Amino acid sequence: MRPPVLEATGLGVRYRRGWALRDCSLALPAGRVAALVGPNGAGKTTLMHAAVGLLAPARGSVVVRGQAAFVAQDKPLYETFTVAEMLTFGRRTNLRWDQPAALKRLAGLDIPLDRKVGRLSGGQQAQVALTIALARTPDLLVLDEPLANLDPVARHDVMRAIMAEVAEHGLSVLLSSHVVSDLEETCDWLVVLNGGRLQVSGDIEDLLAGHLVLTGPAELAGTLTGAGGSMGRVQVVAASRTARQVRMLVRGEPPLDPRWRARQPGLDELVMGYLRSPESVALPGLAQVGR
Amino acid sequence: MIEFQLDRSSGVSTYLQLVHQVRQALRLGTLRPGDKLPTAREVVESLAINPNTVLKAYRELEREGLVAGKPGLGTFVERGLPGGTLADHTRLRRGLETWVRQAREAGLDEEDLRTLFGAVLADAAREGVA
Repeated sequence: MRPPVLEATGLGVRYRRGWALRDCSLALPAGRVAALVGPNGAGKTTLMHAAVGLLAPARGSVVVRGQAAFVAQDKPLYETFTVAEMLTFGRRTNLRWDQPAALKRLAGLDIPLDRKVGRLSGGQQAQVALTIALARTPDLLVLDEPLANLDPVARHDVMRAIMAEVAEHGLSVLLSSHVVSDLEETCDWLVVLNGGRLQVSGDIEDLLAGHLVLTGPAELAGTLTGAGGSMGRVQVVAASRTARQVRMLVRGEPPLDPRWRARQPGLDELVMGYLRSPESVALPGLAQVGR
Repeated sequence: MIEFQLDRSSGVSTYLQLVHQVRQALRLGTLRPGDKLPTAREVVESLAINPNTVLKAYRELEREGLVAGKPGLGTFVERGLPGGTLADHTRLRRGLETWVRQAREAGLDEEDLRTLFGAVLADAAREGVA
């Protein structure tokens, strides 16, 4: 087992207007592709900035084992530079730099080196930014909304490129996105931030297998949640009800009462369930409780 | 060489779709013993999926004894799957097409067809066991 590529312990970051991140403890296993999701202002960018050393935490710590490369969401490139000048800039500002690999990537993508960055398409700019990050031969690639503002074809192309790098070099990835469906096939670790607090961190397959969507008559809801009830093995993450029916996202074993219908949630249902109930958490320390 | 495809609306997990497609190719004879499966990198580069998904599918096929990984070389088909020749498949498909056409003419909709086909399959399985 490789040690975690990123480890945060009691991490807190404070801006003038208040805490952007509070008491955040998580460990990302090496070789994984981790999705960082949460609403605007949840602290996603703050966590990424702290991880790559762009800002200093007020509390706790965050450590990356090895080299991290970061691609910012807005304008990671200089628009007046040519692609070749961006590479030269990268080479001069980084100790680790694989120029042949960068040139090979750009040639493979048919991106002209003499073109000004500002004249490239959005998809090409994203690929140049990714190429520059990869030329630093990182152990952890941190991408802030890498798919935002890209058309579907460019989104697919960028994801293909990232996945190929993971397959080839075994690097770890932490990427943020608003669109959960973009992450469904590509990510295998989920981190949910909400209001500056960590809600979920875990293996996606384990999380999906450990949760259920239950649908049943409204009067049954109490049998699940009642303190000390016979159904004490489930933890209700989120519930929505109509007059007669209740639908719940729960964690734990399926209830025995046959009036419940149970199925596995999708990734988007899981994420929405947690985001709608900020007090619910699914973190490694708690994962053992239900088992 | 097999080329994988994904049906994102099928509800079947990605790794199982890869497993099914290899089994299907083995049944149809489009993959034969000795053939090489695409590398994880090749698959993820065309489908934009997590490499671990491909490795998981290959591990499952390996567990079934259908393929074997050779370190540094790749993953190779070990044995085929019985399931009729290509000619058998073509012939049976024609028969099924006729059946579907007759059922549509009789006023059955797609759901009726699936139900009927499922029921016949289930009956056949029960008789097979008995």
